[in-house]
Amino acid sequence: MNFWQKLAGCILLLVVCLSLAAGWLAPAGYAYQDRENAGAPPSHQHWLGTDDLGRDRFARILYGTRISLLLAPAAALISTLLAAMIGGFAGYAGGIWQRAATAITDLFLSLPWLFLLIAVRALMPLNISPLESVTVTFSLLGLLGWTAAARVLCAAGASLRDSDFVCQARASGVRNSRLFWIHVLPNMAPVLLAQFWISIPVFILSEANLGILGLGVAEPLPSWGSLLRELEGMISIGDEPWKLAPLALLVVVVTCFQIVLSNQQEVAA
Amino acid sequence: MATLVWRIARHGVIMLTIVLLGGFLSATFMRLAPGFDVDEREMDPHLNAASIQAVREEHTQNRNIVRYYAQSLAKALHGDLGTSISLGQPVAALLKERLPLTLRLVALGLGMGWAAALALAMSAACVRLVSYDVASTLLSGLFLCIPAAVLALLSVLWNLPGALAIALIVFPRVYRYARNLLSKAYSLPHVTTARCKGLGELRILFWHVIPVAGPQLLALAGVSVSMAVSAAIPIEALCGLPGVGQLAWQAALSRDLPLLTSIGVLITLVTLLANSSTDVIGQAMGSQKA
Repeated sequence: MNFWQKLAGCILLLVVCLSLAAGWLAPAGYAYQDRENAGAPPSHQHWLGTDDLGRDRFARILYGTRISLLLAPAAALISTLLAAMIGGFAGYAGGIWQRAATAITDLFLSLPWLFLLIAVRALMPLNISPLESVTVTFSLLGLLGWTAAARVLCAAGASLRDSDFVCQARASGVRNSRLFWIHVLPNMAPVLLAQFWISIPVFILSEANLGILGLGVAEPLPSWGSLLRELEGMISIGDEPWKLAPLALLVVVVTCFQIVLSNQQEVAA
Repeated sequence: MATLVWRIARHGVIMLTIVLLGGFLSATFMRLAPGFDVDEREMDPHLNAASIQAVREEHTQNRNIVRYYAQSLAKALHGDLGTSISLGQPVAALLKERLPLTLRLVALGLGMGWAAALALAMSAACVRLVSYDVASTLLSGLFLCIPAAVLALLSVLWNLPGALAIALIVFPRVYRYARNLLSKAYSLPHVTTARCKGLGELRILFWHVIPVAGPQLLALAGVSVSMAVSAAIPIEALCGLPGVGQLAWQAALSRDLPLLTSIGVLITLVTLLANSSTDVIGQAMGSQKA
């Protein structure tokens, strides 16, 4: 890790700690409506002002960060596990399994990611509770985001299948299941880990896109996507620059992820 | 020549299969969606029992997704893509009306994005100044971290064309790969030799670097079409541009099965056509070189 990666890691850690301390830093919570101060500019009481319903923007950003930063890794975990099961196994098994997995991933990859995500999310019920909307949004990200990773893992599985140590283990009479779990899977760990990490910023951005289009996390629960929806009603940035705070934080966090993960992207490729 | 024809034919068959499966996938997602069978017309007090029964029967025909898809394909072969449930217009007419705008938007966005990315990547590779490289990487990294929908909102706010938002989405991704490819090509021994022999930077770039990085850049061009088409959906939806992206958005929200299936097939076709064309051109270039 170089200096910039360490710095980016520290910033990420700070953001995560701040979001976890949201209850202490913003005791009023994300849903409390101060109707007398609706749409107020920043003040001592509300550091980043309030939204149209009088909710404290700083509190909403902290809670929204918590949701986005905790659930994006969960979605990344689902997609990586799916990719490992489908791509890794198919690559290792070879033959018809590999051809079938390649055909399925090709099919999913031929539909642009955002189109697929928007189409499937829009088909899910939209009038659901906030907690259900969080579950649906991030589960969909995980369930639909495995294809690119599966292709990489399929290639990794295929190269391991033909490697010398696997041939030797097979010749020594090691059973297929043992071979997969004990010898092949641990060797896929670096690729799996890299795929997991690089999926996180992708899912954060995808959730933001869905949120702006009104298909993300439902109100009153905040997420970066739903917070960015406020930009829709803006007339001029110069008049209310504090409304850009969620965007600034999103850019900082995703940039930090990109810097920290620059080595992982090479492993994943 | 025969090999090239065989490759094109094979690509064509694979493409057709994936397009058909893409359409089937879109139709299946629609069919499995909650509330698919619900029709607002059933609550219309002006309709009598026979009319409501007719509406229900209309949905019953769509319940078997395989039969529905097979019937739709048979009709599509005769140019009938069905009628949009939400807009009440023929799907073919809707697509014909809206496709030119999306194609123009995507083509302009791709052109601008590629021009900016290549100009920056080439200059970064030629100049070889650390500060210039860092500055260009930071600039592209900034746009990489902004969601497509935010770029669309900002373009509305600043009254900028939608194509520019697409260009800003394509630019950082293309720049990143192009810069790496050009840097790798510049570090090859024959380029160092050419430089030692005193060849000009432009001659090195066009004679010795671009031919090496060309096939991979061509593959990237195919992938960037998918990126641009994907980005066109939120941009058209948020900028109020009446293209296919906006239509896809409306179709998804109103669970319009015929419209969404046709758009799914169209988008899959455009993506595959772009990827296959670049594959075939790349292979043809490779076989010519060999």
